[in-house]
Amino acid sequence: MGFGQRAAGGGRELRLIVALLLASALMVGQTPSAARRPQSAAIPHRIISLIPSVTEMLFAIGAGDAVIGVSTFDHYPPSVETRTKVGGLLDPDFERILSLRPDLVIVYGTQSGLIERLGRAQIPMFNYEHAGLADVTQTLRQVGIRVGLADAANRLALDIEKRLRDIRTRIGDRPKPRTMIVFERETGTLRGMFASGGVGFLHDMLDTAGGADVFADVRRQSLQVTSEVALARAPEVILEIRSGPEWTPARIARERTVWGALGSVPAVRTGRIYLLTDEAMSIPGPRVPDAVQQMARVLHPDVFK
Amino acid sequence: MDVPHPLRRASPVIAFCFLAMVTAVLGAPFVGTTSISFVKVFSNAIASPDNLDRQIFLIARLPRAVAAALVGGCLSAAGVVFQGLLRNPLATPYTLGVSAGAALGAMVAITFGAATPVVGVASASLAGAALAVGVVYALASARRSGFSTTVLLLAGVTLNAFFSALILFVQYLSNFAQVYRAMRWLMGDLDVGSYSPIVAALPFIAVAFVAFAWLARPLNLLSLGAEAAESRGVDVERAQRLAFFSASLATGAAVSIGGPIGFIGIIVPHLVRLLVGADHRAVLPASTFLGAAFLVICDIIARTAIAPMELPVGVITALIGGPFFLWLLVRRR
Repeated sequence: MGFGQRAAGGGRELRLIVALLLASALMVGQTPSAARRPQSAAIPHRIISLIPSVTEMLFAIGAGDAVIGVSTFDHYPPSVETRTKVGGLLDPDFERILSLRPDLVIVYGTQSGLIERLGRAQIPMFNYEHAGLADVTQTLRQVGIRVGLADAANRLALDIEKRLRDIRTRIGDRPKPRTMIVFERETGTLRGMFASGGVGFLHDMLDTAGGADVFADVRRQSLQVTSEVALARAPEVILEIRSGPEWTPARIARERTVWGALGSVPAVRTGRIYLLTDEAMSIPGPRVPDAVQQMARVLHPDVFK
Repeated sequence: MDVPHPLRRASPVIAFCFLAMVTAVLGAPFVGTTSISFVKVFSNAIASPDNLDRQIFLIARLPRAVAAALVGGCLSAAGVVFQGLLRNPLATPYTLGVSAGAALGAMVAITFGAATPVVGVASASLAGAALAVGVVYALASARRSGFSTTVLLLAGVTLNAFFSALILFVQYLSNFAQVYRAMRWLMGDLDVGSYSPIVAALPFIAVAFVAFAWLARPLNLLSLGAEAAESRGVDVERAQRLAFFSASLATGAAVSIGGPIGFIGIIVPHLVRLLVGADHRAVLPASTFLGAAFLVICDIIARTAIAPMELPVGVITALIGGPFFLWLLVRRR
């Protein structure tokens, strides 16, 4: 998952090669099975996290006190509201980040501009990108090793893995309802619908929660869904993942009725359309078992009461 | 018979374009990735909610085909009128800022619509288009010399740039999902899902086409130059104003249905002119019908090429239209 540190973007090839070698060495050092402390990087005490899921991990393993800055998208745990906000994924405030004198910045893999500048400022980074559900605990362990709390991270990871396993066990080999996960569409209509494809953590969460993804064959994280595709795939359950304060019960009820236009879809006929508005649904962090459990509860109401 | 010669020559072409449109609209709902049976669609033996074939036909495909035909017809006809009004063969329905205004409206609805009581993206884009048309018109009429098509063109192009900047600003305030949806809207999407956006746009389209019918003769005379037209009894300013408003109305209505689908308004009119000459009485109806047929076919490609994923229809029209536009440019030197 990431280059631990990246050398200055000077452009000299030798330095780049050395940096890449160092990075790959770090990656090897960070494999969970090895679970040993990294030799090169010191334990950070001034961490800035631009990734909500990693912020949650840091707080959950007891490194919250070392977190001094977070992104504008961070809202959990509630104590992050007291930390300095340093911008979001597309607009990180480099000056503010520098002024906090961090000794570790958690960055997203696509923030190439920020990564290059932090590299020039020789500020250590932890590079992250969303992937599947299994990567959540893998990232958690890597983060734990990086901040010197490998044991706590490993304990939490084992707990998460156990809770996910338990959910699977409780569902057993009950039939898996064919499910479509929609995470965006135009309010009040079925236009501009986007659904989870057959890869990524939403798909993996659905799989763990005992649902069969109607787009399991689409090897992408997301796809646009037309009304024809929705009709043809005929999901038995529709899960809409939406979050934000605007999702009041009245609004949820109104948006559920919009699906009435597609009368032949089994989920519409049986009323199995659910809007899950918990923010945890879209953050692949330590709350992932809760999110999976929420999915499982609507997919298998007889098992999870 | 007092039918003038050019029209007599054009009527088979117009008839062919009309047939192409009817065939495309009626045939399109039977083409798609899910095969549906003609018999089952119209069978009354199966209750409607159980009849998947009928639902795919009536809910998913027929509104799309109708929307594509309307949008294609509107944009092509508006292209003809704008090219006649500005006396510039490279003018498009979007030259005068209508699409940028519509896009700004849509962006605002996508970004802020979630927090406020429901404002539809379609009506917001229509409002944005109206705003752009109002501003451009006010600027073009502000000078004492009366309505100026030169100022119209410059104001339109400048407003396009200004609104594009505002769009970027609004997008900067959006979250990822909204930016993604906004981007997608800009690529054009005819999956209307119901007839309501079509019905909402229909009155505007009807008014615009009544005006187009009246405009065919004045546009012919205007092509000789404003003075020549004036000397033949055309109220030039009135014709120009009407052309501007009606073509903008058709464009705004089309964009509110399908987003700013590009290049239709330039490909189709030029193809038609190659076939029937420059007489607007032939070019307008033929362009409307051929544009409708063309966009219906582009939309079939959009929904089948990489199914179950959707290819944005604007990408297809651009892939066809971009090279065509360049060829046109080079050919005319």
